[in-house]
Amino acid sequence: MNPFFGFIKKEIYHILRDKRSLIILLGMPVVQILLFGFAITNEINNVDIAILDHSKDVATREITNKISSSKYFSINRLITNEANIKTVFKKGKVKAVIVFEKDFSRNLIRDRKATVQIITDATDPNTANTISNYISSILQNYQKEQNKATPPTYQIVSKTRMVYNPELKSAYMFVPGVMTVILMLISAMMTSISITREKELGTMEVLLVSPLKPIQVITGKVVPYIFLSVFNAIVIVVLGIFVFKMPVQGSLFWLGLESVLFIITSLALGILISTLSATQQTAMMLSLMGLMLPTILLSGFIFPISSMPVILQVISNIIPAKWFIIIVKGILLKGVNMAFIWKETLVLMAMALFFIGLSVKKYKTRLE
Amino acid sequence: MFGDFTAVNAITFNVSKGEIFGFLGANGAGKTTAMKMLIGILKPTSGDATVAGFDVAKQRESIKKNIGYMSQKFALYNDLTITENITFFGGIYGLSRAEIKNKTKVLLDDLQLQNVANTLVGELPLGWKQKLAFSVATLHEPKIVFLDEPTGGVDPITRRQFWEMIYKSANQGTTVFVTTHYMDEAEYCDRISIMVNGKIEALDAPKKLKEQFGSDTINEVFLKLARG
Repeated sequence: MNPFFGFIKKEIYHILRDKRSLIILLGMPVVQILLFGFAITNEINNVDIAILDHSKDVATREITNKISSSKYFSINRLITNEANIKTVFKKGKVKAVIVFEKDFSRNLIRDRKATVQIITDATDPNTANTISNYISSILQNYQKEQNKATPPTYQIVSKTRMVYNPELKSAYMFVPGVMTVILMLISAMMTSISITREKELGTMEVLLVSPLKPIQVITGKVVPYIFLSVFNAIVIVVLGIFVFKMPVQGSLFWLGLESVLFIITSLALGILISTLSATQQTAMMLSLMGLMLPTILLSGFIFPISSMPVILQVISNIIPAKWFIIIVKGILLKGVNMAFIWKETLVLMAMALFFIGLSVKKYKTRLE
Repeated sequence: MFGDFTAVNAITFNVSKGEIFGFLGANGAGKTTAMKMLIGILKPTSGDATVAGFDVAKQRESIKKNIGYMSQKFALYNDLTITENITFFGGIYGLSRAEIKNKTKVLLDDLQLQNVANTLVGELPLGWKQKLAFSVATLHEPKIVFLDEPTGGVDPITRRQFWEMIYKSANQGTTVFVTTHYMDEAEYCDRISIMVNGKIEALDAPKKLKEQFGSDTINEVFLKLARG
């Protein structure tokens, strides 16, 4: 009987019999992708707003109609004086108030200029910003329509085209992100925990006294997690495609290979963590603090790297997830081939080799 | 002569084939450390040792094939069944499928565990586990088996049965190297060494040691040595 296959078989028993971990391992990707997909979104929909209309004329009524007929806003109430603005904000439901000045229509016709004030609840700055942009653009549309008859003397027309994600769907951002986080989590955390568990139980000692070579022990522990991670990657991509209508512009074959590369990098990190920690708890804490947080915060998954302070931008370069996210987005959204992502691929390869080398070295010194 | 080594404290002694050699000492006397050096998971700072005829420093791989080891912690997998544990450990020592099948049957018969062959090891009582662990450690018929405090926390009846298994192994030619701090167990050994503060203070057959120190039990011998 091949000792190595026997080892992998044993490892599979461990994974299959630990029902709780198994449910987490297989359920987590599904739950996370659905959560991110439906709950966390940068888009706005049916935001409650209030209108304070001092003129109540043709123009203001038309604008109000335009706003309320858009899918982004619903008019929660019409208020009658300035004092009420504070009250509606305090109640919390209304996120923006639109104030039309007195004699809006008349000003517009006589002075060719009228003012609308947009007041937004900036306790959530991102949403406030988005709301004010949306309202401004509705106002501009109205203005354009009015100007049709009498075109202005000159004008600059900006035509914006959002490429790769014309509808600005946030799914396009988080599917690669969640995939990265899950692969990192399963590969690094689970292997580091499963290796330290053997240390804690004392079975590692017995394995080291056996004729198995340390490299066989480590490979045997890691191989089942490669398969598990690949399976999860497939689940995430399939959910992305069918539930969130992710486009697949590039080759799934390359995506698969790149994923395996990232999984190997993460596994190497997991092994490294296991050589540094004596207990499962330490391994878990190290994985969470040392890997999960940087992966989520510094990889460009949620927060754009270009807007970070320079020091964090530099640090982000040593986060494997950053490079993997670039690769995944490139393949899925832009349909690029190797010619465009070979640099990122090389970085990941170098990282994988470095971490494998380091953990093998660490592992050996521990034995002697 | 078989398995001749110099310990960390520069005392030489030999263990012969089929002998049961007891390694006694208080907690922290250095028993486990010395044993770990012999089985190759700790490197001695200086000195030479051979185990089963192989050099500890240079021929670790050959030693590993020829020894069995039962660690202080219970070292079978609790989430695997008895049969799965036997198959796994047989497998990593390179036994063939047929050999494993045969040995599993013999082992289960010997320990009368046929009815629980497919029970998870974690559900067995401690005494059964220890006996099973010993059988698994000797499954590949090693020349020497190292037992690190194998009977810790086990009831007297099971301990007695455990020692019967050790005798049986020794009779079949396996050398047994056992650490313990139960002094009554020391009486069962062919020869014992008593370690105090990292040094071997006494080494002989239990009977001779008792004569030499004028004591009735090994317990008394040990106390005399330990108190200096």
